[in-house]
Amino acid sequence: MVQSLDYLKETASQTAGPYVHIGLIPNQAGFDIFENNFTNLLADENTRGERIIIEGRVIDGTGTPLRDALLEIWQANADGRYNHELDRQNSGKIDEDFRGWGRTGTDFDTAVYRFETIKPGVVSGRNGKDMAPHINFWIVARGINIGLNTRMYFADEQDSNAADPVLNLIEQKTRRKTLIADRDDSGPIPVYRFDIILQGDGETVFFDI
Amino acid sequence: MEFYQRDRTLQPAGYTPIYKTSVARSPRQSLLSLQGSLSEITGPVFGQNELGPLDNDLVRNYAKDGDPIGERIIVHGRVLDENNRPVPNTLVEFWQANAGGRYRHKKDTYLAPIDPNFGGCGRALTDENGYYFFRTIKPGPYPWRNYVNSWRPAHIHFSVFGSGFAQRLITQMYFEGDPLIKECPIVHVIPDEDAINRLIAPIDLKGSVPLDTIAYKFDIVLRGRRSTLFENRLEGN
Repeated sequence: MVQSLDYLKETASQTAGPYVHIGLIPNQAGFDIFENNFTNLLADENTRGERIIIEGRVIDGTGTPLRDALLEIWQANADGRYNHELDRQNSGKIDEDFRGWGRTGTDFDTAVYRFETIKPGVVSGRNGKDMAPHINFWIVARGINIGLNTRMYFADEQDSNAADPVLNLIEQKTRRKTLIADRDDSGPIPVYRFDIILQGDGETVFFDI
Repeated sequence: MEFYQRDRTLQPAGYTPIYKTSVARSPRQSLLSLQGSLSEITGPVFGQNELGPLDNDLVRNYAKDGDPIGERIIVHGRVLDENNRPVPNTLVEFWQANAGGRYRHKKDTYLAPIDPNFGGCGRALTDENGYYFFRTIKPGPYPWRNYVNSWRPAHIHFSVFGSGFAQRLITQMYFEGDPLIKECPIVHVIPDEDAINRLIAPIDLKGSVPLDTIAYKFDIVLRGRRSTLFENRLEGN
């Protein structure tokens, strides 16, 4: 016999279910209960950086968009700095007007999700390799047993993307483009379109982080 | 700083045919394993000033003309990590059906009635010891379309943040003694019997308020952070 390791074990995940809105975005469930709601608007008028919109759908293996998915995003600010004590990069400043996190549901009718935020800067990656600007996504829904993690990169950051240590980990080069959102400049605020394909042709690369 | 690798033997797979909806909604390709960077080890921070005084009291936070119908319960416990350290000041959110098994949700059409005095959601921030608590009504079981005669055991949904985005977790708490637990396909997507048992909250008479409200105790464990003195460099400057 040997000594026993006394680590605890991580709690098992369970699906967020069809009624996830009640707990996390009650307004979409159809009622108003909290004074302060968490939303899909990440930036206020004082936040530094380029305003952008991110829009897309979450699509299942039959090609059907999910109307009951919940998405959260987590991102660095315009300087590439996360609003968190463990980000000790000295290259950028914390933005007191930017938490860097938001959540929303796909629309019950259109199946589209939307975030209004700012474009993040370059973040220093492991061993000093810069990571291209990116936004971290977490997706849950009925039928998803454990939250799915992925990243969205920006199509107009070609050089930066080409050197990104995470994109370069994806063995099949054709799959890298599943993480790159195209930019649409036709409206007053640039829109990046980012569809997440859960399964099948064009399946999005998901990470075990 | 970075997190221990997630133990996938304790976690449900994406593709679990006994839970039918998972079949079309699960990736077919393997997840790509990433070592932690700043993007994974950091996460959003929330403050007590963002919560209202009744946010952790589901008996009162939607009451219009009286108390909701059902068994009054307290649910309390700690958010810990794999190193058995408390996770302080982290946001815990919860939602549930009412005593009849009906959700206050525009897509729920189950015939059990809506309770006019029950919203069914709340939230709390853990204290410096990782402790949280809330008061609610014990939810009822309800039917759902998996097989034609599938019933969910009574449960409360939990959403927990932790201190880094890689700790983000959604789960469900079940109640000691519920005979529907052993029948439930959603429960049994979890491949490990002990991991299932850790989702079942015991009755906690010591936590109860005598002659008023009975308590259940539910601890949640998030991933732990590495702490060796030989750090990998997570950033370059």
